Amino acid sequence: MIDRAQVLHVAKLARLALSEQEVEQMARELSAVLGHIEKISELELDGVAPTSHVVDVVNALRPDEPRPSLPREVALANAPEPLEQGFGVPSPGAS
Amino acid sequence: MSELLELTAAQAIERIEDGDVAAGELFDAYRARAAADELNAFTWVAEAAPAGDGVPPGAPLAGVPLAVKDLFCTEGVPSQSGSKILEDYRPPYTATAVEKLQQAGATLLGKTNQDEFAMGSSTENSAFGPTRNPWDRERVPGGSSGGSAAAVAGGLAPWALGTDTGGSIRQPAALCGIVGLKPTYGAISRYGMIAFASSLDQAGPFTRDVTDAALLLRHMVGQDRCDSTSLAFPEEIALPQGVDLRGLTLGVPEELTGEGIESGVREAFNATLALAEQLGARIETCSLPHAPHALSAYYLIAPAEASANLARFDGVRYGLRVDADDLLGMYTQTREAGFGAEVKRRIMLGTYALSSGYYDAYYGRAQQVRTKVAEDFRAAFERFDLLVTPTAPSVAFRLGEKVDDPLAMYLNDVCTVPMSLAGIPAVSIPNGLSDGLPVGFQLCGPAFSENRLLRAAYVLEQALDFDASAARR
Repeated sequence: MIDRAQVLHVAKLARLALSEQEVEQMARELSAVLGHIEKISELELDGVAPTSHVVDVVNALRPDEPRPSLPREVALANAPEPLEQGFGVPSPGAS
Repeated sequence: MSELLELTAAQAIERIEDGDVAAGELFDAYRARAAADELNAFTWVAEAAPAGDGVPPGAPLAGVPLAVKDLFCTEGVPSQSGSKILEDYRPPYTATAVEKLQQAGATLLGKTNQDEFAMGSSTENSAFGPTRNPWDRERVPGGSSGGSAAAVAGGLAPWALGTDTGGSIRQPAALCGIVGLKPTYGAISRYGMIAFASSLDQAGPFTRDVTDAALLLRHMVGQDRCDSTSLAFPEEIALPQGVDLRGLTLGVPEELTGEGIESGVREAFNATLALAEQLGARIETCSLPHAPHALSAYYLIAPAEASANLARFDGVRYGLRVDADDLLGMYTQTREAGFGAEVKRRIMLGTYALSSGYYDAYYGRAQQVRTKVAEDFRAAFERFDLLVTPTAPSVAFRLGEKVDDPLAMYLNDVCTVPMSLAGIPAVSIPNGLSDGLPVGFQLCGPAFSENRLLRAAYVLEQALDFDASAARR
């Protein structure tokens, strides 16, 4: 149901560099899971509103008051490539 | 095992307050047990009790130690969510739920093992190895909060925190013979919980009895300015009391109690229904017509949300980085090396369900099914005070038995996922053994009905008198 080309497309969207073996396995496993999930296509759902959240809250507003936040050096402490003022990353390059 | 370690948390608090036991003594006794952990329940154990007991004077939890699932951020303490991509990550802040419990006098005993990013039902998907079930070490403790469940059941901790997205507290509680509560969505702040599926994730307690669950819950609930989906709990959480179930009507949803439930589990369930009736409850069959589709909806919604939440693991701000020549290569190779097989599977499933051309057929439909599932519960609660089901379709399975078959693993969640989609509270209590392994009985109620739920669970617990001491030896 989900083929190799689709797996590669979705992996690219998901920023995953899957190995050759994983691509094959993913196609097989996702097809099995989607085969089960397919059953919801049988349901009559016309006009049913979608639920993205169960909490009966539309907005949670609060006064826009400044509060202390993490000091920069603490926020940078776990970074693989901390720079003086931010996070270092490789060049976006040509890709 | 010393008599000290046989106390429930509430009993321990009483002994500490009476001056019979020092909080530090209790902590040291558990610390020694946890440090000698043979179940791989812990991923980190505290070196020592907090200095000077570290407990505010008069704090209601009196310094009783607490085990905390790995995915709760704890300042300066490894918080890895069971993942190699967060190996030895030490957060700069503490999750609200943990902070509130510490303010109430709980002390951090250790962090517990889990399925990576809470994705799994067996704790085999941890980058730090599987956790074993204290009732039978060749079997899984359930998951994803399997480390917390095994620690409490095995007597390595008096109580523990877990999280439940589709059953990750209730199912391991059932498989380990202890109490596990998933509160109403929004009752406890999610701030500082490493996110899996934000519209479903909810923290909750693992305890040896229902009283301890109420006690831990009492000190965790409340609105938090750091989580805009958190809500003020409308009443104080009471310590449950009562001797009968008179005046209570229990519904038994036929869709969650028939096909697919193992015979030993069904026998225990039916025996508990008979017991509830003897205790004065009225019991009637009911229907949740869309419950059979809840699992499908869940396995679209949760992976879709996960695929977005896990986009943050990109080798930039924290965690693993695999060096590459350019930015995209760094992202894709970091994620390929850092995530385990199940996490990749869910990210792929979620990304697919959200992708152009498939969104309406999968994610959109799943959200509509979610509406129908919630409506089914609302209709049922017009007739019934609570609904009851088995917690899990089987007892604990063998390590390795389902790990290569994702669909078989997902089917473990069939009885727990509907409540998650509806955001309602549910509790699992142990209600017997099948082939020497514990079985769980699940009760659920409308949003914010925790007091009613815990009272009924307490009355049943007293009548069932389940003996879990064998697992603590």
